[in-house]
Amino acid sequence: MDWTFWLEWVIKGFVLCLILLVGFAYLTWYERRALARMQVRVGPNRAGYQGLLQPIADAVKLIFKEELTPTHVYKVVFILAPILTVVPSLVLAAVIPLGTSFNMFGREITLHVASLNVGVLYLMSIASIAVYGIVLAGWSSNNKYAMLGAVRASAQMISYELSLGLCFAIAVVMGNSLNLIEIVEAQKDMWFAVLQPVGAFIFLIVTLAEVNRAPFDMPEAEQELTAGYHSEYSGMKFALFFMAEYQKMIVISMIAATLFFGGYREIWFLKDTFLSVDAIWTIGTWQFQAWFLGPIYLLLKVIVLLFGMIWIRATWPRIRYDRLMAFGWKVLLPLSFITAFITAVGILLAQEFDNQLYMYSIPVFSIISALIAVVFIYRDLRRKSHGRI
Amino acid sequence: MTSELIVFLVLSLVAISSALGMAFSRNAIYSALFLVLNFVTVAVFYLLLGAPLIAMSQITVYAGAIMVLFLFVIMLLGAENLAPLPQAMPWQRPLAFILAVTLVVESIYLIFARAQLDTVITAPDAAANSMESLREMAMTLFNQFLLPFEITSILLLVAMVGAIVLTNREKRKARA
Repeated sequence: MDWTFWLEWVIKGFVLCLILLVGFAYLTWYERRALARMQVRVGPNRAGYQGLLQPIADAVKLIFKEELTPTHVYKVVFILAPILTVVPSLVLAAVIPLGTSFNMFGREITLHVASLNVGVLYLMSIASIAVYGIVLAGWSSNNKYAMLGAVRASAQMISYELSLGLCFAIAVVMGNSLNLIEIVEAQKDMWFAVLQPVGAFIFLIVTLAEVNRAPFDMPEAEQELTAGYHSEYSGMKFALFFMAEYQKMIVISMIAATLFFGGYREIWFLKDTFLSVDAIWTIGTWQFQAWFLGPIYLLLKVIVLLFGMIWIRATWPRIRYDRLMAFGWKVLLPLSFITAFITAVGILLAQEFDNQLYMYSIPVFSIISALIAVVFIYRDLRRKSHGRI
Repeated sequence: MTSELIVFLVLSLVAISSALGMAFSRNAIYSALFLVLNFVTVAVFYLLLGAPLIAMSQITVYAGAIMVLFLFVIMLLGAENLAPLPQAMPWQRPLAFILAVTLVVESIYLIFARAQLDTVITAPDAAANSMESLREMAMTLFNQFLLPFEITSILLLVAMVGAIVLTNREKRKARA
C-alpha cells in the first residue's frame, strides 16, 4: 500500500462528506419549496435566485446563535449525543457505489469509498447503531418530554428494524451477494423493484419510520412533546440533529435506489443503448466510457425518492402511536416474512427447473399477499370505527 | 512492531478500560454505554482476525439490538441512579472473589500452556469472508447443527410467548 492509495481514500471520503453536506443544505431548501408549492404558498425565494442562498443564510444564523446548556443535563452525554447522531448518517454512505470507475493519472478510480464483501451487513449494523444518538439525547436532557420522545424513537426504530432487515435479505437473495456493487450489477436486466414490488414498497415505508419522517414522526411530535428528544438543544447542537435527519433521508434514498431501483445503472430497457453506463462514447476521434452517467442516474433516482418522502409529509397526518406499533408488528413484519419466503421459493424454482419464467411467480404471489394484508387492515379499521376501540 | 500490533494494543487498552468502566460506574446508563463501547471494540478485533461477517453480526445484534433494549428498560424504569443495596446475601462477595481468582488463574495457565505449542492461528483469506463463507456457515448450521439450532429457536419462542402471556394477564387485571 503506497501513499497514493491513502490519498485517494482520503479524497474520496472527503468528497462523499461534501456531497452529503451540500445535499443536506439543498434538501432543506427543496423540501421547503416543495411543501410550499403543495400548500399553495411561495416558500423561501428571497435569498439569491429562487431562494438558492437560503440554506447558507440558515447555516450562518445557526452558527451565531447562542448555545445554551441547561443546568440539569448529564453534560458529557448531552454533548456526545448530537455527534453520535451525525456520524452514523455520514459513514453509512461509505459502501454505496455512486458509479463504475474511470481512469485518471494512470490509475483506475472507482466511484465508491469502500467495496465491502459484507456491505449489506455493514448497512444493517450502522443503521442499528444510529438509535443511540436519539436515545441518549432524550435521556441526558433530563426532561420528561425529551425522554418520552427518546423512548418512542427507540421502540419505533427497533420494531421497524426487523422488517428492514428482511427487506435487505430479499435484496441479498435476489442479487446473490452481500456486496452492494454486485447487487447493482445483478439488476442490469431487471430492477428488483419490478420483480419484488412488495419488498421495495415495504422498504420505502420502513425507511420512513427509521428516519423518523412523517407520518412516523412520533419522536418529535410538536403538539404532544414540544420537540421530542431535541427539546433542550439549541444552536449548532440542534443543527446537528437536523443535519443528521436530512442526511439520513439522502443516504437511505441512496440505499433504496441501490437495493431495489438499479443503483447507478440505467433503466433496464436502455441496457444496450448509448445511455448505458457501460457504453463507449465517441466524439470525433475521442473515445471514452460513459462512467459519468452513473452518478447522474443515481442522483435522479434519489431526487424522485426524496420527492416521495416530502409528498408523503405534505399529504398524510401523523399515525397514532398504538396503530404505529400494531402496523409494524402485525402487518409489516408478517408481510415481509411472507415476501422473503416467496422470493426465496421463486428463485429456487427458477434455478431448479432452469426456467426464468418462474421468477415472475414472485411479483404475482407477493402482490396477492399484499392485497390480502390491505383487506385485513381495512376490515380491522372499519370494525374499530363502528364498535369500541 | 507492525501496524497490526499497534492497533491491537490500543484496542485492547480500550476494551479492558471500557470493561472496567462498565463494572465500576455508579450510573446504570454509563455502564450500558461502556458495554456498548466494549462490544464495538470486540467487533474490531474480529475485523483484525479477518472475520468481517462475525464483526458485523456482533455490532448488529449486541450493540444495535440488545443494548438498545437494555437502555430502553433502564430509562423506562428510571433505574439509572439506584442507591447501593444492603447486602442481601452476605456470602456473595467472598464467593465472587474466589471464583474471579479461579478464572484469572485458569486463563493465565491456559495462555502459557498454549504459548508452548507451535500452532499459529492464521486469518482465513479474504475469499472466505464473502458470500461463500455465509453460504458455508448456513450449510453447517442447517445440516450439522440443525438440532441445536432448532432447540435454540424453540427456546426463544417460549420466551416470547411467555412475555406475551405475562403482559396479557396484567392488562386483564387492569381492566377488571
